[in-house]
Amino acid sequence: MALRQCAMGTPVATPTAFETRARAVVASAAAPDPRRAAQEFVARVNRDAAFQLDACVRCGQCADACHFYLVTRDPRYTPVYKLRPMLRAYQRERAPFAKVKKWLGLAPPEATAAELAEWSELIYDSCNLCGRCTLACPMGIDIAELVRRAREGMSVAGFAPPDLYKAAEHALDSGSPIGVLWPALRRQIEIQEKETGLEIPVDVEGADYLVILSSIEIIAFPETIGALARIFRQAKVSWTIPSVGFEATNVGVQLGSRDVAAALLSRVVEAAERLKVKYVISPECGHAYSALRWEGPNLLGRPLPFKVVQIVELLDQLVHEGRLRTRGGDARRLAFHDPCQLVRRGGITEAPRRLMDGVSENTVEMPSSGAANFCCGGGGGVSAIHRAEKLRFAAFECKKEQVESAGAEALVTACANCRNVLEEAIEHYDMTLPVIGLTELMALYLESAPLDPDPAAALR
Amino acid sequence: MTHMDLLEFARGPALWFSLLVFVAGSAWRIIAIFRLGTKPDLSEPRSTQRFAGAMRGIFARMIQRKEFRRSGKLGALNGYLYHLGLAAIVFGYLPHVLFVERLTGVAWPPLPEWLVYLAVGPAVIGLLVVLLERLTDPVLRLLSGFDDWFSWFIVFLPLITGMAAVGGWSAHSAPGGAPLYPVPLAIHLLSVELLFLWLPFGKLAHAFLVFISRGITGAALTRKGAAL
Repeated sequence: MALRQCAMGTPVATPTAFETRARAVVASAAAPDPRRAAQEFVARVNRDAAFQLDACVRCGQCADACHFYLVTRDPRYTPVYKLRPMLRAYQRERAPFAKVKKWLGLAPPEATAAELAEWSELIYDSCNLCGRCTLACPMGIDIAELVRRAREGMSVAGFAPPDLYKAAEHALDSGSPIGVLWPALRRQIEIQEKETGLEIPVDVEGADYLVILSSIEIIAFPETIGALARIFRQAKVSWTIPSVGFEATNVGVQLGSRDVAAALLSRVVEAAERLKVKYVISPECGHAYSALRWEGPNLLGRPLPFKVVQIVELLDQLVHEGRLRTRGGDARRLAFHDPCQLVRRGGITEAPRRLMDGVSENTVEMPSSGAANFCCGGGGGVSAIHRAEKLRFAAFECKKEQVESAGAEALVTACANCRNVLEEAIEHYDMTLPVIGLTELMALYLESAPLDPDPAAALR
Repeated sequence: MTHMDLLEFARGPALWFSLLVFVAGSAWRIIAIFRLGTKPDLSEPRSTQRFAGAMRGIFARMIQRKEFRRSGKLGALNGYLYHLGLAAIVFGYLPHVLFVERLTGVAWPPLPEWLVYLAVGPAVIGLLVVLLERLTDPVLRLLSGFDDWFSWFIVFLPLITGMAAVGGWSAHSAPGGAPLYPVPLAIHLLSVELLFLWLPFGKLAHAFLVFISRGITGAALTRKGAAL
């Protein structure tokens, strides 16, 4: 039986049902179907989305908020233009007066396969779902949320980028979009245990906090695991890492498939339930936070049986409670790069700055920092789309200008994907600028930790 | 049909029909969208002040964030110009106040006539700039469709016919109460009625949709504790 009753009496799908439907979404890549896309576009336009689609006056101000438009001046990258196939489907089938317009022959035509293939670039490659356009829209239209809904129509009908379908398939098969399995994480844990001299708890039933990680952290920034071990030892936090369900990355959210997202999320929820934890820590990953904290309960159709806390929020809380104490500070001009899903879309703006101020003697702000910060260019799954690489590097020019204007000597961030994308772009532009994870920075200046004589070297 | 017949038609059946379409069309547009429904958000809110968030969203977007003020579009500044100009003319001009009073019994103090005449400049120039920008800016050209061009025309038309009708309203009437120049006044009324007929169906409905849209986003972002 694929359905069960949730506490509120609403039928919700089981993990098995999510998996089955998720596989069907991935399989749609083999046979793109514009009619299916149109149906899903219409289905995804609920009351709030409809009011917002109808409110647009086509003023074009969202273009000036989007880094893809700003660096290319290509009008097709105007955020609201990216919604056109979904808007047309809505106007044709569901909008007020749609039937009258259809009867009069005034309804817009359905998008063709060729048009949707063209819009695949606009909806995926040139949109980070960063929400800067939402912040700029004078009509208050949440354009990023509407693009996310448009992705749902594209993904279910086979029009998403092949790279994202592949990543989704990997994630469904192995748990990780890039195939990071438990033996790889176990090996990284062992290395970190040796480096820190601390035991890293795995599968400890009844721990307070469950730490999940993104594949990028595990492969590219495993020092984060050691940093967490040192921080949690000082703060006396009861925590554990699960050997199954440890992957925080949710490619379903990036692809725009609720079923893929729910299937992947179910694994984390199962791990949390199996280990009976009270909290799940969303790691340094912007979209993982969004997937778990804001979309998770809605994807699964039930409230989560644990509280979700973002690692930055937890560190800030531990400092506030006096359980986490730091000493010394980094003397370089450190600037915080705001991950869009944590800050602009997630409301975690001040906590990272408070933490940085505690371990930095020279924090600087970039222009438009905080809610209006520019995305790294790789969010919303763009970093996983190979064909979008050139455009992503071009978009980085906005970020580069911000960094240079602030005279930052190092960037600090709280998203492993941002960190990876920033490092790639910095290399692409022959810049010399270290990018540091906030958790690692905190761990380096713990009161009990020996101060490194050269923090820059310790932080790459 | 005499000139007075035309004016009577514009003041009578045409006016009531256009108002009926305006009210019914606007109500239908809002109700039809409301009926689409939405599922409750099951995530734990960071703030439960959703109504306050909606209100803040409505007012916050009236002023552009400083980060976006260097925008390449004239629309942001020009928007204030012609909206304020139009508001002064529509709600501040004595004949308009008297017209509304005749229909509804509700009246308010009008603006001084010189101020209303002064407001015509920004309104007309602002709307012409809007058109010019929509014709020349690559982004706006790409986004624009029939609704945009027709809506512009439907707003500009009453301004022009209104200027032509100045002096023809009933306060400047011939003996017996008939307006001195009934035809320009009738044409002005008919152009306004055309606006009433079109407003619920096109982008001009942003006159009321803007508050709902801003409110929705304001509430949603407040729920997450995010900036508006």
